[in-house]
Amino acid sequence: MTRSIKVWVLLCGVLLVAGCSGSGGTWGWYVIDPSTDQGMNNIRFLIGGFWATILLSLIAAAMSMVLGLVVALPGMSSNRWVRLPSRVYIEFIRAIPLLPMLFWVFYGLPVVMRSLGMPITIDAFWGAIITLAISDSAFTAEIYRAGIQSIPKGQTEASRTVGLSYTQTMRYVVLPQAIRRILPPLANQFIYIVKMSAFASVIGMQELTRRANELVVTEYRPLEIYTLLILEYLVLVLIISFFVRWLERKMGADESR
Amino acid sequence: MCADRVIEITALDKSFGDFQVLTNVNLDVSLGERIVICGPSGSGKSTLIRCVNGLEQFDSGSISVDGISLSDPGGVDRVRAEVGMVFQQFNLFPHLTVLENLTLGPMKARGLSRADAEAQAMQFLERVRIPEQAGKRPRELSGGQQQRVAIARSLCMKPKIMLFDEPTSALDPEMISEVLDVMVELAEEGMTMLVVTHEMGFARKVADRMVFMDGGEIVETGPPAAVFEAPKSKRFRDFLDKILQH
Repeated sequence: MTRSIKVWVLLCGVLLVAGCSGSGGTWGWYVIDPSTDQGMNNIRFLIGGFWATILLSLIAAAMSMVLGLVVALPGMSSNRWVRLPSRVYIEFIRAIPLLPMLFWVFYGLPVVMRSLGMPITIDAFWGAIITLAISDSAFTAEIYRAGIQSIPKGQTEASRTVGLSYTQTMRYVVLPQAIRRILPPLANQFIYIVKMSAFASVIGMQELTRRANELVVTEYRPLEIYTLLILEYLVLVLIISFFVRWLERKMGADESR
Repeated sequence: MCADRVIEITALDKSFGDFQVLTNVNLDVSLGERIVICGPSGSGKSTLIRCVNGLEQFDSGSISVDGISLSDPGGVDRVRAEVGMVFQQFNLFPHLTVLENLTLGPMKARGLSRADAEAQAMQFLERVRIPEQAGKRPRELSGGQQQRVAIARSLCMKPKIMLFDEPTSALDPEMISEVLDVMVELAEEGMTMLVVTHEMGFARKVADRMVFMDGGEIVETGPPAAVFEAPKSKRFRDFLDKILQH
């Protein structure tokens, strides 16, 4: 992990130096050169999108985790009529590309709600969160299902014979064991959400990508600005990866205690 | 209905798809009776005792435990409150300590306070002779110790009836006796027990009645002394020959 970071930092450094010192007018790093006032202002403007991206992703991921569990649990029922809605939801949601869903939620959902007598306004922030959460929940549900089904049936049987209800069995026996197996793929999903949050830019959400786009329009330096944008996402994802590794280690250590 | 009859199994049929696992099984168990069920693998003996506490559903026939029919609404939950079960693979909760394994049911299902549940758990751990392991995780214990914890975990729910599904089959030979000793003690205290096992020594010692199953049917029943001396059916005789020749 630390080694791959070093490689990246080195690569970026080389790019930057080459770009700044390069002649011929192909590179224009001045646009984000921190030694100049204008460059510094531009950087501040771009980095200002971090908070929105993080908040957006965190709330969407939290909602997706709850929604995913609500969808996954009936999906494992032995009764096919209980199972059916969960299956339909997963297949349906998984088939919709994120961008059309985002448009539908942002432009369409308020109209639907109004016609149902429940007028709501959805701003770009919540429109993006709802879309990301719903879209991701289909995948989260499948992750839960795989994790829960990997816990031997004997655990459920033993729980039931000592009198635990279905909910208690899930809460005290199955989920605490499944979470260790669910966590790595769930973290992957979170990284996916962070990256997909870039779509929120198209409905006007002031996050990382939107800010980069706005700056490109005024500065006409897409190469440099988008390079920085990619680096911004890279930093964000690396931080999440670090955190997840730490969490996994901590839980692994706990398990072998 | 006989007053002290705690389990009544009548005309039980069950199939997994096309495969008929139980055919017209009838069995009554009296309070305090110890029954050992044996038979070749695939004979339906595990399925039968798993039906008794509702882990398996049956197609037709009826089971009632302590006067509660499994087919009644809520019957399964009420029956499970009376019936403890010990599995071949122990099925302890690996993420909890031994003590937590024993207190989970009493605290969550019975509403006991932690202090009461722990006091009771320690009492049962003493009975299965491993109180010193209370703070460990199941994986740190030997197979025999784990199975004794599993027995203690069931006893913590104060069951009237205990079901044992091949409790020693997954154990190394040197650990079998420590588990059987605990079971013999339990039998001597008057616990009603249904035990699926091939431990014929145990059967001779504690069983009031042997039940031999083959092909999903009860082929023969009787007191161990009688059936071991003179098995009536050829199938039972062949089975005994096979498992007793070593």
